[in-house]
This record gives sequence, structure tokens and C-alpha cells, in this order.
Amino acid sequence: MKILICLSNVPDTTTKVKFTGDNTAFDKTGVQWIINPWDELALTRALEIKEASGGAISSVTVATVGGTEVEPTMRKGLAIGADDAIRIDADPKDAYYVAAQLAEVAKDFDIVMAGIEASDYNGSAVGGMLAEFLNVPSVSSVSGMNVEGGNVTVTREIDGGSEKVGVEAPFVAVVQKGITKEPRIPAMRGIMMARKKPLKVVPAVEVEALTEFATYELPEPKAACKMVDADNVRELVDLLKNEAKAL
Amino acid sequence: MDFNLTEEQIMIQQAARDYAERELIQDVSERDAKAEYPTQHIKNIAELGFLGMMVDPAYDGGGMDTISYALAIEEFSKIDSSVSVIMSVQNSLVNYGLDKYGTHEQKEKYLKALARGEAIGAFLLSEPEAGSDATMQRTTAVDKGDHYLLNGTKNWITSANAASYYLVIAQSQPEMGHKGINVLIVEKESSGISLGPHEDKMGMRSSDTHSVMFQDVKVPKENRIGEEGFGFSFAMKTLEGGRIGIAAQATGIATGALERSIKYSKERKAFGKPIGNHQAIGFKLSDMAVKVEAARNFVLKAAWLKDNNMPFGVASAMAKQYAADIAMEVTTEAVQIHGGYGYVKEYHVERLMREAKLTQIYEGTSEIQKIVISRSLLQD
Repeated sequence: MKILICLSNVPDTTTKVKFTGDNTAFDKTGVQWIINPWDELALTRALEIKEASGGAISSVTVATVGGTEVEPTMRKGLAIGADDAIRIDADPKDAYYVAAQLAEVAKDFDIVMAGIEASDYNGSAVGGMLAEFLNVPSVSSVSGMNVEGGNVTVTREIDGGSEKVGVEAPFVAVVQKGITKEPRIPAMRGIMMARKKPLKVVPAVEVEALTEFATYELPEPKAACKMVDADNVRELVDLLKNEAKAL
Repeated sequence: MDFNLTEEQIMIQQAARDYAERELIQDVSERDAKAEYPTQHIKNIAELGFLGMMVDPAYDGGGMDTISYALAIEEFSKIDSSVSVIMSVQNSLVNYGLDKYGTHEQKEKYLKALARGEAIGAFLLSEPEAGSDATMQRTTAVDKGDHYLLNGTKNWITSANAASYYLVIAQSQPEMGHKGINVLIVEKESSGISLGPHEDKMGMRSSDTHSVMFQDVKVPKENRIGEEGFGFSFAMKTLEGGRIGIAAQATGIATGALERSIKYSKERKAFGKPIGNHQAIGFKLSDMAVKVEAARNFVLKAAWLKDNNMPFGVASAMAKQYAADIAMEVTTEAVQIHGGYGYVKEYHVERLMREAKLTQIYEGTSEIQKIVISRSLLQD
């Protein structure tokens, strides 16, 4: 069995977000790029499954839609332990476009894992769309996965608890936090090997994006915290009820 | 000139940062209070390859450059210098010398396990009466034909208890002065070795420091590194590189203190605004940042020289002296900015201040660095 991880290249979560071109484009100047945290967890879990599979999982591949600028992030994926990487040479325009591109490479894999969302646009759409393109089942909110003797079991987050489901490959797992404890830190050996591992570049397929970004705006700055005298419980309750609407 | 880090260097820096922020921070204060050795952390960073990162891959090392090493040491030291000093001694003082001057057989037998981090190493130079003046070695290694007989006491030995292998500097021919000194690989389990009690230190309390006593310890001849009488030269060359590690450590301590001070200066309010907006604090932060930036540049310059096979002894002395001295200044200011909170353990800056002090003392005091620097200036 082969596993594919859809790896999104996103700005570091501490990035100070700014826009250019009259708020029509994200300003990439000085931005540090990282693997989308959910994808990094998916990759870590895939490697754990592969290592425990006794050879049943033959490879873990990462795939990203983007230009050459995403390659350092992909090589981090290789350093963490992926066997090879596929870059689809296209500008990721929207979720539909990205899913269509990924579908071209994902059809050769048994288990496809995608983060539940990317930490930049938080669209939560690519995983589901990808399954639709591939015409295979998708399992959402996956917070656990095991492969034993070719049988795949996933744990899903549901209202008030979780459920275990058996799935037949091929399928797409849309991965939530909890799939593994923490993302794996690359070891020196992995970092050293990353450049020697294959990173294949494939051309984009012709697809029209269905959406385009008109303008961006930053959220209102958070209101400063209000101090209430410890003796003045009445004012605190009033503020919680009428202003914060927390009661 | 190129100030950009390579992709690998950035990855290593991030890996060290992730480990420190995720794992070391969890128990750093508790280990400091209890003076408890970081057994699990050392095992973890060994698995990540940090204990042999510069060793030739042919001997199971990471084959990384000195810049990557300095970046990693800095990241660990922002949070925990007990772990970073163990890492620094292993890489700079033990692995480096063995890798550069050891025989193939010595490397097969000792370096591989050290590079994998399965064995810990220690460097035994200081003595009760020979610190800065390392020529005055009282520990003797008397030539007995097929072996040396080792007698004497070594002081302030980092990883003395955790180590399996010691690199011991000892006098074999006292009449030859420092040219009679040898360096020997000694297995800690050899008969005749005993340890003094764990030193109750001011800072870096989670690293294990002991004195080591040798009484008629037999060391096979093949465990000598280099030619007869190479020991003093070996120690000096090794310490040249070691200074980069400690300079990077001091830079990390100062950076950790600065980052905590910036955070606190934004959160803490006085007279109606964050204290950072008061010039008295803002200027302190500015002075601290300038010093940290200068120290980091010193460190990276020295590392770059070493990586490019250029003389780096004076550059590493400058880096170590400056970084250690500013680490003391910056951490002291960090405590001042935090006020009463800075003086209690919860905010970490008092610990960073205690750790900074040691960087001015070990692996060549700031004063010794000034001797190295001034001698190079006055040399004809």
C-alpha cells in the first residue's frame, strides 16, 4: 500500500499578516513558510503506520501544488521521513483548482491524507473535493488511523465522542488534530538525506478555478481587557451579560 | 558576502527550536532545582543526531557544518544550557578532536558510539591547581612500555558521571614541560577511577559536574591520540573550536533573556502604558538587542572561518569573550526589567542569569580570551 500526504505550504502561524495591491493580495515579503500543521501531523502518523507495518506500507509520498518556492517546505517533509515528493507546478488558485491538480497524482495511491484545513485560508474543502474527483470515499475529522493486515481503521470525531470506522482503500482521510501526538522533528540524518530523495515536478492539468479573491481585510483589533474592581461583582456580572454576552 | 542561511541550516535551527520549546521547557526549572541529569532529553537529542552532528558520516555523524551546530546550540540555550553544555562538550571537545586527530581504529571503537550519542564523552583538562594555566598538569601518564599508568585528579568535569569515555590530558615527560603532555582515551569503567561528589553549582545545575580521580589506571598505548607529546597542542586546538560552542551558548542565553524581556515589556503596564513604551525600558531592550545581534555575528563569523578551513582561533576567542560578557549584562538587565518577577524562578530570567555567569568562566575565562586576542595583536 502507498500513502500520499497532501502537503500545503503556509505562512508560519506567528506571521504578521499584511496585504498589498489595495488589499487584493497577501504580502509575502519576509514570510517564513512552514508545512501546514494538520498536514505535518498526517505525515507523522503515516510514517508511524509505515514503520509499524512490517513492509505492508511500501512508501509515503508528499505532494504540493505550487512553484519552486514551495520546495524547501517539501524537503522538510522529506527530512521528516517521506520517501519522495511530487510538486505540481501551478499556482494554487482555490480549493477546487488544488483538488483537481492533486487528483491527477493521487489516483495512484491507496490512502490519501489531507489536513482538515490549511492554517492560511482555512477553507476545509480540498480533502472532500479530492475524494469526489477520485470517486473514492472520504472520511472526515479523522483523529486516529491504524492499518493492520491490509485493513484500515480510522477514528472519527463525532458529537460528544468518537467512532471507529473500517474503510476500504482507496480512500481520502481528512485529518484532524489527535491523529498523532506531535509532529515529528526531523533528525540530522533525515535533513542530510532530504536533498538526495526524489522530488518530481509534474505539469498542471488544465482546470478553471471556481472562485477568486476580491479583497482581504484584517479582523478588528481585540478590545483591551477591562479591569473590574474585585468588590464590584454587580458590574462584572453586568459586563459579562450585556457586553460580552457570555451569560 | 552572503548572510542567508542554507535550507539545511534553517531546518536544523528549527528542529532545535522545536525540541527546546516543546520538550526542554517542560521540566527545565524542576531539573535545575533538583540538580537532576537530563537523561531522557540526552537520549532524545542523540536520536535526533545533535550529539554527533559535525562528525564525518563515515563514522555515523551528521556531517553538518559549524554554523548549523552554532545555530542549534543557540536554540537549546535560549531555554536550557544544562542540555546545551552536554551537547557542546560532546561535539566540540570530544568528537571534534577524535574525528580530526584520531586513528581509524580509535574512531571505529569510540567515535562511532559517541557520534550516535549512544556513548557520552568528557574532556578532562582542568585540575585543582591547573585551570587557566593548562601547562601545569600534575596528572601523570607514565610510559610503562605497552601502556601508560595514569595518576592524578581532574576538576570541574562536565558529564563526568554520564560519560563512558574520557579524553584525559596528562603529563608524561615533566622535563619537557608542555611538550611532554599527552592526550589519552580512557574508558570510564577502567580500574582505579573514582568520582568526587556532584558539584552543587550556581547554574547549569542539571548537567553533571564532578572531579575525577585516577589511581594507577592502566591505559593502552593505542589509546593515545596523535604523536607522543601532542596532548597540549591537541587541547588548545580543541578548545579553539569549543569556544564557538560556548559563544553560541552565551548568545542563546542572552537571546532567551531578551525575548522574555520583550514579551514582558509588552504585557506589563505601569503608569498607564506597557513598560516597554517607557523610554527607560525601551532603551534597555534596544541596548540588549544590539549586543545580542553583535554576539551572534561574532559566533557565525568564527563558525564560518572554521567551516572554510581558515584560522579561527582569535575569532572564536573574540566571540566567546564578547558573547559571554554580554550574556551576563543582558540577563542582568532582563531580571531588572522583570522587577520582582525577575527575581523569582517562575519567569526563568534569574536562571538564565545564573547560567550566563558560567560562560564567562569555563572553556577559557573572559580574561584568558583577552590574552589570546592581545597576543595575536602584538605578535610580530
